[in-house]
Amino acid sequence: MEISVKINGTPQKHEIEPRQLLVDFVRSTAGLTGTHIGCDTTSCGVCTVLLDGVPVKSCTVFAAQVDGHEVATVEGLKSNGELHAIQKAFTAHHGLQCGFCTPAMMLVGAAFIEENDNPSDDEVRWAISGNLCRCTGYVNIVKAIQAAAEERRAQ
Amino acid sequence: MYPSSFDLTVARSVAEATAALSEGGEDARILAGGQSLIPMMKLRFAFPSLLVDINEIAELASLERQNGELRVGATVRHADVAASDLAFGAVAAAAPWVADPLVRNRGTLVGSVAHCDPEGDWNSVLLATGATVQIAGADGSERSIPITELIVGPFTNSLGEGEMLTAVHVPVPSGASGGAYLKLERKVGDYATVGVATHLELDEDGRISSAGIALTSVAPSNLKATEAESVLIGESPSGELFAEAASLTADAAEPRSDIRGTAEWKRNVVRVYTRRGLEQALSQARSS
Repeated sequence: MEISVKINGTPQKHEIEPRQLLVDFVRSTAGLTGTHIGCDTTSCGVCTVLLDGVPVKSCTVFAAQVDGHEVATVEGLKSNGELHAIQKAFTAHHGLQCGFCTPAMMLVGAAFIEENDNPSDDEVRWAISGNLCRCTGYVNIVKAIQAAAEERRAQ
Repeated sequence: MYPSSFDLTVARSVAEATAALSEGGEDARILAGGQSLIPMMKLRFAFPSLLVDINEIAELASLERQNGELRVGATVRHADVAASDLAFGAVAAAAPWVADPLVRNRGTLVGSVAHCDPEGDWNSVLLATGATVQIAGADGSERSIPITELIVGPFTNSLGEGEMLTAVHVPVPSGASGGAYLKLERKVGDYATVGVATHLELDEDGRISSAGIALTSVAPSNLKATEAESVLIGESPSGELFAEAASLTADAAEPRSDIRGTAEWKRNVVRVYTRRGLEQALSQARSS
């Protein structure tokens, strides 16, 4: 079947099989490998993409279901050559160690600060509770998301 | 991991969906949020020959109050329920505890209800609040049944071929009422070790006019504690009364020892959570 989808703002058409998972579509068909595969069982959240602006686990969505919709990945965070506030904040606050969960954390963070631009520690931790990080202990991830929220507030 | 091959139909109306389901026969399944179905297909526990995607049917996406009921359409996500001012009592209490934030953004309340996983949270809430489910059939028929008649057993509902759930209706009490959902989980996103839904309605004299208690993860299906409910009705709330109801609820539970804990310990959690849940429901009812 053929699907039409906007990926990071660019309309695309692709021929797919109904059973193709969105995460494989994004990585293999669209060639955007910033979206990772971790547990592949709806637990770890490293495959997070934004579907119509909402963070979802792309290992648990079929590519066929994004026909007519918009998908955003970590590659789409940057605009006009400039890093997104969440990317700058993860850099400034060292919100990563190995980096495997980072694209997902940044996408969840980017969507979250649009809803809450002055979050407490607990609110950030609740928002990222579907995303596992095995390195950092989350401390700097929380700081980075709060810093990006502050930046958002100032805009 | 990949599911085995299947055909996919994107339905644009309920009539289209039920027609496709009916044509697909017993191996056809509805695809709503897919947060239980897709993992089961990837693990090859489920291998439907046809999926009927209902996500593009606009009328199924509504969450509203009408005719004294909260109506949750078949594609309303857990996150929509959690964010809504229309949700109340045990429904509002349970919504933020379903799975994790990302799963809540995609998974649906009605899909979870249809799935009949004894470790699913929503069927306990629906059993406690006396909800009904709306069913559409391939011949254009519609019927409504109490949740008790939908749940047949673990992962088994009473829907016939060509039938689908279109909505869940939770009655909105007219008088003082309150509810709670207490869930013990090892970590975010895990299934409940024990979940307890409670619901109370009070009459003008402050006596209990209606009571609901139901359990998650401690029986082959979500379990309605009918004996405990019946000792509450018509009585004035008290610590002793709640302790008695909690004890009867614990007796009714059928927990099994597993990696999450021993049966004996889980039964005790049921007792404690039922008492606390009733207390929370009462305090909410008194301030409502």
